Amino acid sequence: MTAPEAGPVRMISTLGIAGLCAGLAVVGIFLATRERIERNRAEALEAAIFRVLDSAARRETLVLRDGRLVPRSEAANGGSGEEALVYAGYDASGRRVGFAIPAQGAGFQDTIALLYGYDPERRRIVGMEVLESRETPGLGDKILKDRAFLANFRDLAVEPRVELVKQEPIRDNQVDAISGATISSAAVVRILNDANARWIERLDEAGASPPSGPPAAAAGSEGAP
Amino acid sequence: MTASPPQSTDELVKGLWRENPIFVQLLGLCPALAVTNSAINGLAMGAATTFVLTGSSLLVSSLRHHIPKPVRITTFIIVIATFVTVADMSLQALAPRVHKELGAFIALIVVNCVILGRQEAFASRNRPRVAVADALGMSLGFSAALLLLGVIREILGSGSLFGVPLFGDRFEPWVIMILPPGGFFTVGLLLGAFAYAKQHRLRVPRTDYGATAPGRAP
Repeated sequence: MTAPEAGPVRMISTLGIAGLCAGLAVVGIFLATRERIERNRAEALEAAIFRVLDSAARRETLVLRDGRLVPRSEAANGGSGEEALVYAGYDASGRRVGFAIPAQGAGFQDTIALLYGYDPERRRIVGMEVLESRETPGLGDKILKDRAFLANFRDLAVEPRVELVKQEPIRDNQVDAISGATISSAAVVRILNDANARWIERLDEAGASPPSGPPAAAAGSEGAP
Repeated sequence: MTASPPQSTDELVKGLWRENPIFVQLLGLCPALAVTNSAINGLAMGAATTFVLTGSSLLVSSLRHHIPKPVRITTFIIVIATFVTVADMSLQALAPRVHKELGAFIALIVVNCVILGRQEAFASRNRPRVAVADALGMSLGFSAALLLLGVIREILGSGSLFGVPLFGDRFEPWVIMILPPGGFFTVGLLLGAFAYAKQHRLRVPRTDYGATAPGRAP
């Protein structure tokens, strides 16, 4: 293959055409897959909400606006950028069973994003699930799967604060760290404490004044999958 | 492949064994070490690489007379990056679980030197059919190597295969095998085994493998 020496116009046009075609292809695949990717993410979150609040049959998205929790549909106008979301879960009779709270923070390698269920009446964490993490496979990633570790969060007191211990927990606010994954376990506990500091007071206030009207009628509430 | 000229078949087969990207050329070791902590991850990485390499080789080979030499590498990279983005987003849409496991490594296929290497060394100098045969062969060799690594590391490191537990509760997993050192150990031992097999075959040329032994008649 002995191509003649190419002039600058030809080189620029080759790269220009290649760039244009690449741009079209990338934007095309982005548009084609965007909906599906967002749906996957929403489905994963949805499933997680009902796992951390296992007595919930229905949930509603709440937004923190001016220190008050309002259903997301009402707050839709005037929403600016990052919003603090929390999900309220209701059982079949419409009674609120708790809140699912998304939280994130630094883990051993990258940000850990998790979702936990909180019951304001009993002031306890009732479930926790890691949504996203890049913890070390085989060690740190046990925070996702280790049954004994996850069982710590089924009935965990949040007061005075969640504590990490390295032996069998004796108090109901203690979590038994995973051996070999102390940093990841500590990260989960720290994320929970930070989120509790941010949310619990507000949720307790909201809990004292239950939202008016049955949540089933409210727009933005969805049933269990 | 019976209808194709012998050359295509040759190009297909060489990537599997004689010029295996991982075990012989020692290219693309970064993904081979990083994502093979389970069989399914190895397989998924192999499949994504196969898609990118075959697509890129076909396109580069078809357009080889239209790409001016001084800008060829840039053009190859644009082509490869486009295929990688397509693979990345498709995987995220169709297999979110696998995508989550492989994380950034799908996007990093762009800089897998096996792929750019094949464009420069082969696809840009050969007809599309032969280039695709070469790309498929290299991809299959790469995928097979990643699968082998993934199988070994998952069995020893997690006591399971494709997520199915093999030994029950009586097996204590060798956690180190699914950590980075386990990747190096496994690759090192397999490289040793490959080198041994090659040397051994050179000394005893008349074996079943005679057909692919080095120095064969053209």
